[in-house]
Amino acid sequence: MRKNLEKYYRIDKLPHIWCPGCGNGIITGALVRAIDNLKLDKDKICIVSGIGCSSRAPGYLNFNTLHTTHGRALAFATGIKLARPELKVIVLTGDGDCAAIGGNHFIHACRRNIDITTIVFNNSIYGMTSGQYSPLTPVGAYATTAPYGNIDRNFDLCKLAEAAGATYVARGTVYHVPQLIKYIEKALLHKGFSVVETISTCPTYFGRKNKLGSPVKMMEMLRDNTVSAKAAERMSKEELASKIVIGEFAEINAPEYTEEYMKIIKRAQREE
Amino acid sequence: MSSMPRLMQGNEACVEGAIAAGMRFYAGYPITPSTEIAELAAEKLPKVGGKFIQMEDEIASMGAVIGASLAGLKAMTATSGPGFSLKQENIGFACLTEVPCVIVNVQRGGPSTGQPTLPAQGDVMQARWGTHGDHPIIVLSPSYVREVFDLTVRAFNLSEKYRVPCILLMDEVVGHLREKVQLPDPSSLKIINRKKPDLSKISNYNPYQDYDGDGIPPMVNFGEGVPYHVTGLIHDITGFPSTKPEVTEYLITRLMRKIYNNIDDIVEYEKHFTEDAETVIVSFGSPARSAIRAVKILRSEGENVGLIRLKTIWPFPRKAFRELPLTVKNIIVAEMNFGQLIETVEAACEGKFNIVGLNKYNGELMSPDEVVAKVREVSKNA
Repeated sequence: MRKNLEKYYRIDKLPHIWCPGCGNGIITGALVRAIDNLKLDKDKICIVSGIGCSSRAPGYLNFNTLHTTHGRALAFATGIKLARPELKVIVLTGDGDCAAIGGNHFIHACRRNIDITTIVFNNSIYGMTSGQYSPLTPVGAYATTAPYGNIDRNFDLCKLAEAAGATYVARGTVYHVPQLIKYIEKALLHKGFSVVETISTCPTYFGRKNKLGSPVKMMEMLRDNTVSAKAAERMSKEELASKIVIGEFAEINAPEYTEEYMKIIKRAQREE
Repeated sequence: MSSMPRLMQGNEACVEGAIAAGMRFYAGYPITPSTEIAELAAEKLPKVGGKFIQMEDEIASMGAVIGASLAGLKAMTATSGPGFSLKQENIGFACLTEVPCVIVNVQRGGPSTGQPTLPAQGDVMQARWGTHGDHPIIVLSPSYVREVFDLTVRAFNLSEKYRVPCILLMDEVVGHLREKVQLPDPSSLKIINRKKPDLSKISNYNPYQDYDGDGIPPMVNFGEGVPYHVTGLIHDITGFPSTKPEVTEYLITRLMRKIYNNIDDIVEYEKHFTEDAETVIVSFGSPARSAIRAVKILRSEGENVGLIRLKTIWPFPRKAFRELPLTVKNIIVAEMNFGQLIETVEAACEGKFNIVGLNKYNGELMSPDEVVAKVREVSKNA
């Protein structure tokens, strides 16, 4: 670890609980580097998570951190942000936490365009409970609860976020780290609800269940199976079927929720 | 200066009390018969610089309230039966993480969707044990519109003082009833705010350390320069997860003791004509009003009847029953349910009295005549 980044970590809480080869540490590292690059005020950052492997990340990070109930990180974060808009609120969540049990909170946070940055650790599986399928597990993949293959059609989380009203939406991977740091920086600077879906690796459960090989092999798959959003525009549906599209999908200026609420306060007090 | 007397609904008095107590954040979801609380909070909060948000569901409302409280604002949500069920997991989170907040439950008929527009008191046990695991909780129950105001203020005060969620357990009658009310001068109210640590004396703040020996850790709000970790996992004094038996036992014991060691500060009840009573009625919420009327009728006829009207339900005021005189033979527990609080009353009375339930669970308010009839029946049989 670079010496200048140590202040962002609770070093005494390491080593972390994640398995060897897990991508979650890479996402956490990318977030810390983005915060450092932007020189954000550490004391004004609040990191909120739900339940799952991803959601243990805040425990290792030296900020105001809140580890909430399963799926509800965005609900708690909305309360914090509206109560204290000067705080930079970041939500760390997983594919199950965000898109299944927390799906309703996710679409409504997108709709409100509240100034929260959400980083989704998408490892395509429930890791903490040892390998069940999530709404982001690809059709046909195997999981402990899909022993004959998954028939649930998976969400495209970025499309969902964009359609629901999120104003910055990007997808990166734990292989393309400099790009991921850039997306997180842009998300943190963006005024409004920003989503960075990050494809992560879970060798222990998703990899093992789907015979994907070693953690290195899974990283190589991320390298070989991704196409940029720009390149994807020129590809057919069939060509894209087994690919992961990475890039920025939305960057829009729209009224931000807490700023709009401040106008409500002004209007209510004028009428008083 | 107290305001002019005016006609006011219980739900309105709740919002007035909350704002007077310092509520500056409300998150809620529409549900009968509590919706007026959300509507009035939406109108009144921005006028005092506070924030209102209608969340996507009941669960989110409870989450947002806890988040806002951690960020330093006094926060409340209001709901009814089905919504109260949905909030339970996050209420438990607030119990364990010791985040002050107020939850109003304007009770309606249940179970399930039940009877949204009709009164009931079927959530007495859910208010105590609705969330899983051993946990402390404070539950207050008003009978009058003015008392809704007073107990809402008290709910915030107790919640802030003891860092515990406080539930205001109303019923549809008290919530929708309109009465002439004179609100007190705000400056006359005693307002309690959460205890803060003296950071000049503490070099390494531990968010869950019992610095004062009273079981209540002083609280720093998020964004006040002392970053710390909050988790719904069992945690040590530093706030980080632990599975050690001694840490687990210490935390659960402290959480329970901070309430039960202060039970005399927390419980409130009224005694009417109990000094020489042969039969004592126990009631709370709207049926307690019918019980008071019944006691007046029966006393005028020479019957030795008294009443204990509970304003605090949980922790349960056992003391009220220890104090009863030797003249007491019968206890009648009058509640708008199939019989919930009666079991706790039985435990508190330790077999000393003949305990009988008066239960109304057909969607109608218990009438004074019904209470009178029950007292006569019990006195005759005794």
